[in-house]
Amino acid sequence: MITAGVDVGNKFTKVVVVKGGKVVSKAMTATGFDPAGAANEAYDKAVSEAGIAKGDVQKVFATGAGAIEAKFANDTVTVVSADAKGAYTLFPAARTVIDVGAEEGRAIRLNDQGKIADFAVNEKCAAGAGSFTESMARALEVPLEEMGPLALKSDKTIPMNAQCVVFAESEVVSLVHAKTSKEDISKAVHDAISGRVVSMARRVGVEKELVMIGGVGRNVGFVKCMENGLDGMKATVLDDPEYVSAIGAALLAAE
Amino acid sequence: MSKGQLYPTEPLKSWGMAKKAREEFYLDYRDCHAKGGIRWAGGAWALDALTYGLGDDVFSITSEPYGASCAFNKDIAMKCMETAEKYGYARDLCAYMRIYWGSVLTKGTYPWGGDYPIPDFIYQDHICCSHAKWYQVIVDHEPQIPMTCIDVAPGPFMPGTDVQIKPHQVKYVADQMLEAIEWLEKTTGRKFDDEKFIEAVKTECINTSTWANICVLNKAVPAPLDEKTMYSLYVLNTLCKANKRITPVLKEVYEETKDRVARGIAAVPNEKARVMSDTQPPWGFLKVFRYLERYGVVSIGSLYTFGLMGIWEVKEDGTWGGRTLPWEKGIEIKTREQAAYVNADWNLSKPEFQHFYHPKYKTRMMTRIAKEWKLDGVMLHYNRGCEGLSLGIAENRLGLLKAGVPVMIFEGNMGDEREFDEVATMARIDAFMETLGLKKDY
Repeated sequence: MITAGVDVGNKFTKVVVVKGGKVVSKAMTATGFDPAGAANEAYDKAVSEAGIAKGDVQKVFATGAGAIEAKFANDTVTVVSADAKGAYTLFPAARTVIDVGAEEGRAIRLNDQGKIADFAVNEKCAAGAGSFTESMARALEVPLEEMGPLALKSDKTIPMNAQCVVFAESEVVSLVHAKTSKEDISKAVHDAISGRVVSMARRVGVEKELVMIGGVGRNVGFVKCMENGLDGMKATVLDDPEYVSAIGAALLAAE
Repeated sequence: MSKGQLYPTEPLKSWGMAKKAREEFYLDYRDCHAKGGIRWAGGAWALDALTYGLGDDVFSITSEPYGASCAFNKDIAMKCMETAEKYGYARDLCAYMRIYWGSVLTKGTYPWGGDYPIPDFIYQDHICCSHAKWYQVIVDHEPQIPMTCIDVAPGPFMPGTDVQIKPHQVKYVADQMLEAIEWLEKTTGRKFDDEKFIEAVKTECINTSTWANICVLNKAVPAPLDEKTMYSLYVLNTLCKANKRITPVLKEVYEETKDRVARGIAAVPNEKARVMSDTQPPWGFLKVFRYLERYGVVSIGSLYTFGLMGIWEVKEDGTWGGRTLPWEKGIEIKTREQAAYVNADWNLSKPEFQHFYHPKYKTRMMTRIAKEWKLDGVMLHYNRGCEGLSLGIAENRLGLLKAGVPVMIFEGNMGDEREFDEVATMARIDAFMETLGLKKDY
C-alpha cells in the first residue's frame, strides 16, 4: 500500500511517501503565509521524487498546526498520535518521545505496545521551542545552525529567564554588553529552552529509551543541555527528526 | 437517527424554567428599590439564609455567577476588565473579581440593562484568597456601602468520611452569623424575623441536597444530562440557594432527570465515553463541550458543578449522594441559634470548600466521581482566572493518574478570553480523544 503523510508545521511543511512501511521519498517547503500552497508544493515534490503518480497514493493523512490546509488529505491526525506512531515504528524501544519544533514542544510517554500513556504540550508561549533559539541567534548575530555547536564549547551556567522570549532577548543584549562570550550566552539560551522541555517531559514521566524528534533535534546544543537537565539520560535523535510526524501520519494512513 | 446515534435523546423541558428563574433573580435585584425592597451583594458562598430574616423583599446579587454571566458576553467582559486594568488592578487577579469591579466602575454594563445596581450593603464570606478583598475594593470606590464579612475556614469536613469537624469549629462560624444578625438589623433598620431565617435554612438544605441528587442521576449510562446543560441548572443555587422560589424548579429538574434515566434518554445520543471537567470552564468558549460530542463523549459534570453548591455525604453503601436533611436525622431547628449552627455545619461540608485545606481532599472526591460515574478520563482546566479553585490542581492531576484515570490538561481562563487559546485547546482535545481510542462521529 502506498500512503503519504503531510505535516504542515508552523515553519516548514514536510511530506513523506511510504510504500509497504518504508519511506520512499520526502520533501519539505517553507510554510510561510500560504500553508495550503506549501502543502501542495511539498506533496507534488514528494510524489515526483517517489517516481509515482498522485493517483498511486491510496491514502493521505495530514497532521501539524495547519493540517486542515492540506485539502487533498483524506483525514487528519493529531501531532501527538503521529509522533507516537512514527517514533515507535522507527525505534520500538522508545518509551518517551520529545518533539520540539519551531513553535511547539511536546512530550509523550508510550507503553510497551507503543500506545500513548500520557502527553504534555507547551501552552501559548513558544519559549520552549525552536523559534526561541532563532530569536536569540538574531540577537547574538550568529547563524542559527551555529548556535548548537557554540553552546557545546561552554561549561558555564548562566541563569536566564526563559518564560518570555522578549525578556530573554533583552537579557541576551545585557550579557553581550557585559562582554559575556557568545559560547556562554548560547549555552545559557539552550539551558533555558531545554529547561522548559525537561519540565514538560518530567510532567509525563521520563522513561528509557528517550527519543528526540522535530527540527530542534538537529540542534546538538539543545540535545546536550536537555540530556544534562535529565540527569544525563541519553536521547536518541532519530534520522531526519523533522520528518517523523509526517512518517507517523503516513503509517497511520496505511492502517 | 443522526450519525453515530446510540440512544434516544430529547431536549430537557425544565431548562426553560431554570433560565426564567435565573433571569428573574437579576431583574429582582435591579428593580427591587422601586418597591421599597433592599438589595445586597456578596459571594455565591455567602451564608445568605441569614438575609431572609430581613423580609421577603430583600434581593441579592452573587458576584461569581455575575462575573460568569458577563464572561459569557465577551464584549461586556472585555470592557469591564479593561476598565479594572485602567484603574490599576493587576491582570492576573481573579477574572470574576476584575469583571465585577469593572462593571461597578463602568456605565451601562449590567447585562440585564442599565448601570450596575449599587447594593445597599455587602455581606460576604471568606475562604478564597480573593473573597474579602473583592468587596474591600468596592468599598474603596463606594465608601457609603456598609460591609461585613464572615470567616468560613475553620477546617475541612467531608460527611460520612474520616474527615470530621468539631462542634467548636462549627460554632466559630455560627457565632459570627449571630453577630451578623445584629449588624444587619442596625444596617437596614429592620427587625430580624427568626421564623423566616429558619425557613430559609431548611430551604437551603433542600435545594442543595436536591442538586446533589440530580447529579447522582447522572451516574446512569447514558447520562441524562451533559455538563453544558448543567451549567444552566446548578447556577440557581449559586444565585439564591436559600430561596424557596427555586425549590420547585429543582424538584422539576430532578423528576424530569429521573424520568430520562428510566426511559434511557441521553444528553449525548452518541455517548461512547464519559469525562468530567474540573473548575469553571472558559465561559466564552462553551463550544468545547459540543466539540466533545463529535467524538461521542459526554462530560457528566465536575467537582465544580457537583460540589460548588451541592451538599453531599458518603452513604452507608459507600457511594456519594445528597446529604441527609438535618430534621430527617432528628436535629431540631427551632431557634435562631440552632438555625445558625445547622446552616454553618451544612455549608462547611461543601465539597468545593475542602481543597482550600489540602489538594488531597479534592483528589479524593474527583477519584470517587471518576469511579462512581464510570468515567474514561478527566479534563483539568488550569484556570488562570481563579487562583482559589485552581489551587493544587497539578497535585490533583498526579493523584488521578495514580488512581489510573487518564487526564488531559488545558490552560485557560474562565473570564478572560485573552488567556484562552481555542485552536490549541481543540488540538489538545483531539489528541486526548485519540489516546482514549475515539474517533469523530461527525
